[in-house]
Amino acid sequence: MEMLASDLITNLLIFLLASLLGLELIRHVSKLLHTPLMSLTNAISSVALVAALIVLSYADSTFIVVLAVLAIACASTNAIGGFMITERILRMFRRDDKK
Amino acid sequence: MIPSTLPEFLYVLSAVLFILSLRWMSEVKTSRRGNLAGALGMLVAVIATVFAVGLQRYGLVILTVIIGGIAGALMALKMPMTAVPQRTAISHAFGALAAALVGTAEFFHNTPNIDAFTMTILGLEVILGYLTFTGSIIAFLKLQELISGRPLIYPCRRVISILVFGGALVAGIFLVINPSMIWLFVLMAVLSLVFGKILVLSIGAADMPTVIAILNSFAGLSAAGLGFVLNNKLLIVAGALDGSSGLILALLMCKAMNRSFANVLFGGFGSVAKAEGSEGVHAIQKTMKSLDVEEAAPLLAYAYSVMVVPGYGMAVAQAQHAVHDLMDVLEAKGVKIHFAIHPVAGRMPGHMNVLLAEADVPYEKLKEMDAINHEFKHTDVALVVGANDIVNPAATHNKGSPIYGMPILKVHEAKTVLVIKRSPGGVGFAGIQNELFTYPNTSMVYGDAKEVMNKLVQCVKEI
Repeated sequence: MEMLASDLITNLLIFLLASLLGLELIRHVSKLLHTPLMSLTNAISSVALVAALIVLSYADSTFIVVLAVLAIACASTNAIGGFMITERILRMFRRDDKK
Repeated sequence: MIPSTLPEFLYVLSAVLFILSLRWMSEVKTSRRGNLAGALGMLVAVIATVFAVGLQRYGLVILTVIIGGIAGALMALKMPMTAVPQRTAISHAFGALAAALVGTAEFFHNTPNIDAFTMTILGLEVILGYLTFTGSIIAFLKLQELISGRPLIYPCRRVISILVFGGALVAGIFLVINPSMIWLFVLMAVLSLVFGKILVLSIGAADMPTVIAILNSFAGLSAAGLGFVLNNKLLIVAGALDGSSGLILALLMCKAMNRSFANVLFGGFGSVAKAEGSEGVHAIQKTMKSLDVEEAAPLLAYAYSVMVVPGYGMAVAQAQHAVHDLMDVLEAKGVKIHFAIHPVAGRMPGHMNVLLAEADVPYEKLKEMDAINHEFKHTDVALVVGANDIVNPAATHNKGSPIYGMPILKVHEAKTVLVIKRSPGGVGFAGIQNELFTYPNTSMVYGDAKEVMNKLVQCVKEI
């Protein structure tokens, strides 16, 4: 396994740009929505599921399979639970219908 | 046959969906679309991965996803809104564990053929993942009140923390030099697990909103670290978005309490303050005056404007729905009523808004501190329900107060302040007496928040 210096530089650039974009986007999120925002970003971070599937694809020992499957269990719990609870919270926010 | 570039294109699509998801999350109107975009992005990412590397042991994987999905769905549907902070903490634990386990699998798959770049990032990723895992579990236990919310203070705890964390880093450095030493990897993982535990154990319950946000950031960063290790750009983008979100929320929480990151993480806040004022408590209580519910109700009913200031105590007493009923009867009498929300009201960023939204309070009535603070001087009655430190004027002028410098809601500027409180004694999260209670324009209404609220509703109706 080898990381090429060129890949590292590209990836660092992507990481920095995505972080700056993230800071800019999050800054504009209404304070009303900070709780669902956190449950949403948490659900998004369960893309670790992708990493677990990749590792599983070349797993050559039972130990590694076990680790990958455990990771899949954690990540899929998070992904499905995270998007569902965000939806449930967002449904509660309603306008004043008396006006 | 699937073209080999298709998965890469799908990853780009998925990254765009994640970015749009956060963009749409900025306001209530588009927020549900944002959540949908996020979920779609995740689905696209998984499909792309299956196209790219196939699906090994698909029976096992599908079964795992179904079980995990059901567990996640049950948690999402059954969890009361007061428990959302705990759920969030536990999901940070899961997210971080998933990242740490994948990192561990990568190490064992490739050792000893790991170059220095990869091992550096892999090491950091695994340290961050495991410490976030145990840290989040402790945060969960504290929020669920399965363990004491008080910070655990013991001699030399900073030295011990530094030794444990430093030990993990040193083990990581040796691994970069020689990635064949499996025992060092295990040592690094164990030290990281221990560090996460002792770090959060030494932080008080009052600081959990900040801690949750920091752990959120860490969970995102460890996912991004995996992206570097696997050279997967989608993981880098999604992890960076999550990491920056947690960072901003943590900074906002720190600012709302006038604290620094270091002070939150290593300060042991809320542990010693309690002993200080005990002799003064009695004198203070003498100067506090109280009203019966029957006396308080007309003040509200004949007011032109009322500002409700809710704190977590309101949620503990399950009084949100009674607060909503009071809003209805007061509005029926033509009273203008709003809610002033302090950024750290509740147990996680934005928590109080969710609790009130659940009780059917329209979100236009929820005003954030900076937008509403100048309104208190034109407010007839400020009604404080289950809040304490966030309305303590000592924060603005008493340099000796542990909360000095913390921005507060200026309820004391209102013509009349009504404070609903269980009993004359008792202190806030910060462990200090509140001088607001002794102000001439302040009256205390003693009792359980929910009962007092329900009685107020009855009394106002009869006026």
